[in-house]
Amino acid sequence: MPEMLSLSNDPILFIAVMLTKILSVFIVVVLIVAYATYAERKIIGRMQTRLGPTMTGPLGLLQPIADGLKLFFKEDIIPSQASKVAFVLAPMMILVPAFITVGVIPFGGDIVIRGYTVPLQIADLNVGILYIIAMAGLGVYGIVLAGWSSNNKYSLIGGVRAAAQVISYELAAGLSIVAVFMLAETLSLRGIVEAQSGSILNWYVFSQPLAFCLFFITSIAEINRTPFDLPEAETELVSGFCTEYSSMKYALFFMAEYANMVVIAALISTLFLGGPAGPFPGVINILIKVFGFMFIFIWMRATFPRVRYDQLMFMGWKVFLPLALLNIVITGVVIIL
Amino acid sequence: MLESYLPILVLIALALMFALGSVAFSFVFGPRKPSAAKLAPYECGMPLIGTAREQFSIKFYMVAMLFILFDIECAFLYPWAVVFKRLGVFGFIEMGVFIFVLLVGYAYVWKKGALEWE
Repeated sequence: MPEMLSLSNDPILFIAVMLTKILSVFIVVVLIVAYATYAERKIIGRMQTRLGPTMTGPLGLLQPIADGLKLFFKEDIIPSQASKVAFVLAPMMILVPAFITVGVIPFGGDIVIRGYTVPLQIADLNVGILYIIAMAGLGVYGIVLAGWSSNNKYSLIGGVRAAAQVISYELAAGLSIVAVFMLAETLSLRGIVEAQSGSILNWYVFSQPLAFCLFFITSIAEINRTPFDLPEAETELVSGFCTEYSSMKYALFFMAEYANMVVIAALISTLFLGGPAGPFPGVINILIKVFGFMFIFIWMRATFPRVRYDQLMFMGWKVFLPLALLNIVITGVVIIL
Repeated sequence: MLESYLPILVLIALALMFALGSVAFSFVFGPRKPSAAKLAPYECGMPLIGTAREQFSIKFYMVAMLFILFDIECAFLYPWAVVFKRLGVFGFIEMGVFIFVLLVGYAYVWKKGALEWE
């Protein structure tokens, strides 16, 4: 394998490649986010024997663009009682962490450009997972701030609920993947993909089925998707923490939610399903896995009723947390024996 | 090693620009016809009752405090997990003692009812 491309051996090529990778990943994520809203409406429509959007363009395919344009030209309301600075900052504080977590996810194998090895990953941090968990933690600030600064009872309850839910499930999610690091001996996502390479049987979903299930369920709770969408339980809280938001600020919350779905789908694929490994070129494999998980997220929304708050907290603290610890102990014993 | 963070910085700048740009765009091009009723907090159209800046359940603070305790445990487990195969039985027993101490606290919190919601 030729030398790895770095800032010291060819700075101009390094920066050009870096910018290309960042821009293409960003545009792909924005496109997936836009068309995930379309896919969600279409799939849920079909599951409820409706058609979903059909009027804008062929099969309603221009719907996300029409929605986006509409939101751009809507009135931007800042309630008179709101804390203005925090109210304006909060949507950005949610969107930015959601979009930057894709930076450490490998989306393909290595390629060779002008005699240098270039990994298909924006940044290979040796603490990749910690970076993702830290950014997920930062997103909570945006939610709490949005709920509090709106000065609206529904928003406040939604924001506080979301914070308690996200931090409770972050624990179980964080502990459930410790077993993966024990097997892979690294926190770098590239290293974890390499540790699963070779055969499909090396994928951690087969050696860590409990961790896979725990991480899957707790991540759905962390991104506030049905059946854990209590922060925006529309039957009791109007729209939760984004009740007072309108126009593009509301759209930022929406985009952050779908971007989180993309990141979580990509993260589960990377940690448990071998990342870009598979029969096709790497990029296509990871996209298939991401779309598969996103379909499951949408399917769950069409199928499951919402859990109660006490059930949510019961599961997070009394079921998933002990199970995650148990899984670490079992993995430890198996590795030692 | 620090240069591997350069792409992350560029990505953060791009995401910030995207967020700021879209908010600024709608701020500039959106209509603006404020009225007292439109700017009031939404409460299903009923007259406002009190303020939103009130006390809420202490349970939420408890969860936040417990989270900090257990998240530190989580942060300790990560580096341990990475070198686990090299530490072997010694590392397993040592972490077992650490987790046992935490489990005593966990059992206490459970018994005291801090994890109950009704």
